Amino acid sequence: MQRRVTFDSRLLPYLLLAPQVAVTLVFFIWPAAQAVWQSVHLQDAFGIRSEFVWFENFTYVLSDPNYLDTLQTTVIFSVAVTVLAMGVALLLAVLADSKIKGASAYKTLLIWPYALAPAVAAVLWMFIFNPDIGSFGRALRAMGYDWDYRLNGGQALLMVILAASWKQVSYNFIFFLAGLQAIPRSVMEAASIDGAGPVRRFWTITFPLLSPTTFFLLVVDMVYAFFETFGTIHALTQGGPGKATETLIFRVYQDGVVNNDLGGSSAQSVILMVIVIALTAVQFRFVERKVHYS
Amino acid sequence: MLTRRKLALLTGAATTSALLFAAALPGTALAQQKTMIDFWHGLPQPLGGQLEQIVKDFNDSQQTVQVNASYKGSYPETMQAAIAAFRAGNAPHIVQMFEVGTATMMAAGPAVKPVYQLMQETGASFDPDAYIPAVKGYYSSKDGKMMALPFNSSTTIMFYNKDAFQKAGLDPNKPPATWPEMIEATKKLKASGSTCPLTTSWPVWAQFEQLGAIHNTPFATQQNGFGGLNAELKINAPLYVKHVQTLIDMQKDGLFKYGGRDNKPDALFPSGECAMIHGSSGLRSRIIKEANFAWGAAPLPYWPEFAKDGPKNSIIGGAAFWVMTAPKRTPAEYKAVSQFFSYLARPEVDAKWHMDTGYVPVTMKGYELAKSQGYYEKNPGADVPAAQLTRTPTTENSMGLRLGNLPEIRNIIQEELEKAFQGQQDARQALDASVKRGNAVLRNFERANKG
Repeated sequence: MQRRVTFDSRLLPYLLLAPQVAVTLVFFIWPAAQAVWQSVHLQDAFGIRSEFVWFENFTYVLSDPNYLDTLQTTVIFSVAVTVLAMGVALLLAVLADSKIKGASAYKTLLIWPYALAPAVAAVLWMFIFNPDIGSFGRALRAMGYDWDYRLNGGQALLMVILAASWKQVSYNFIFFLAGLQAIPRSVMEAASIDGAGPVRRFWTITFPLLSPTTFFLLVVDMVYAFFETFGTIHALTQGGPGKATETLIFRVYQDGVVNNDLGGSSAQSVILMVIVIALTAVQFRFVERKVHYS
Repeated sequence: MLTRRKLALLTGAATTSALLFAAALPGTALAQQKTMIDFWHGLPQPLGGQLEQIVKDFNDSQQTVQVNASYKGSYPETMQAAIAAFRAGNAPHIVQMFEVGTATMMAAGPAVKPVYQLMQETGASFDPDAYIPAVKGYYSSKDGKMMALPFNSSTTIMFYNKDAFQKAGLDPNKPPATWPEMIEATKKLKASGSTCPLTTSWPVWAQFEQLGAIHNTPFATQQNGFGGLNAELKINAPLYVKHVQTLIDMQKDGLFKYGGRDNKPDALFPSGECAMIHGSSGLRSRIIKEANFAWGAAPLPYWPEFAKDGPKNSIIGGAAFWVMTAPKRTPAEYKAVSQFFSYLARPEVDAKWHMDTGYVPVTMKGYELAKSQGYYEKNPGADVPAAQLTRTPTTENSMGLRLGNLPEIRNIIQEELEKAFQGQQDARQALDASVKRGNAVLRNFERANKG
């Protein structure tokens, strides 16, 4: 079945590959190598003095109890965001896939939030939840509930989880909807005729057939929660109160850009890279076995 | 549709992009007759526009130098941009640096050309003693040489709502001068229905750095870091413990409200929610614009038991201008920078900036000029910051702070404070933890900058 492409010249394929390789080298490999180099050095902010310190930056970071707390916060945050974003998106997609009036308007509206920059989305959330100027925040306080995410770590974490998930729901929704529409009607109809109810049809047919999409979104959402939620957290809580909403990526920024500790920040980047590589490998190795590619 | 390869690519891309730190692109300098000077600042609108107006006035005032001002984001972002540019060999001629970055700049050695040296080399007339001592001290080296050009300086003062005072049966013309009076006032305000009698902006600057200066109590050893890089924090001393515990107790009783980090709480005062705020003197222009109630300005309160011979001068905040070096910089360019600096040091420029923005005058002559123009009679309370800054000669505890990575230390203290206000720890524990974590930061800085 496979079509083989053949080149007349031996050079041409490499030439065609070159731009891609160049981009990868300049934008991915080079910065990554720099991070590794910096992670074993101790430097002042201006890069005037630099000292090779072996793995001191790593031992410093890993022996910091605050770093381990941050790791824990990141795990809670990422799992919650992934589960919430995927669960809600799947529910909405299943509903949107059924025959309802105004389905296209409904779908368009659901996709909108994806067009928002994380920081803008965070500001919108602030206008809702801020205890002084937010509509919902004020309402909560008026009802006598002590809502103040600036001083309540649990509330702050809940809020950034909600804001970060909300942003990702639209993205997941698009993929779930596409996945649902790819499921042949005939299979569903056959199941109906055999007497399977909607719930049973969902769990025995829809869900397994959706599994490639679900798996893809699992990886993407996990990476999203780890890396791309920086803007949301930065705009909403800046990692506070205390360190209640500080995730690994936020701390990389904080230590590197605000605190000028490039060695420590790079060491954390390398740790983060290892974590995500491991996570992705595990997902491919174990979760994908259960996935049915059609 | 989606293949494993695409997936792996996506994941890889996201991972590596996290490692990418932005490198600032240097501005282009065109060789023209005029000497071009790059000037990076970190003031948002409307202050940034007012600063750029001063630059324009300077450019129009002579023919040989053209200063190009550009906004580089917040202070930390401007600092980061300047550092990245220096590393790439393209530092701007002048960069505006916030006061807490002072130690980092001083430790930068060859990256910075000290202002006293610049003025000496270019033969420009420059009198360091023209500056208000609290301003001069903050930006001077150990042996009293001026390292940066002070420009926009502020200090922490108190703003209070006169209408709320009236309602609570307090004298609107007699704001609380000491902390015991303060506590009494907040109780009365609460009884009259206020949900937020007192808040503080810049929690660390206002409640730690200023507290230490006013009570002549060290914030850190080695004369607050002026004496050397081996300074250690002293903020678990009795004064700080007493003060923070008071704030925690007041918060519990609804007399004080923690409104967030840095200047986040600013909005709480002009909106009328909080009856009193400790904040930057620069908050004044916002209050004028937004507050629809009668208000007043007053010096920060003090603890009589810790200030037996009265409160000392407060310290400054804000920013100063630093001259940066680059491999290809010419004497003509330095000469141009010194011309610009001489212009900025003029009393009329200083006084105008002060009156337009609410920053304090940085020179004595600027202060006197504003006074002679009747500014303080027309704007009661506008002289509170300068008066508080100059009320006593500076001591080694009220010169300012010279601590490496002070922004990081401020964040540590804010984090520990937040844990204390949540009830997870008391003042003593919060301050002990701050000292421990802060000292680790100072040791790292010392190590990275030694020799």
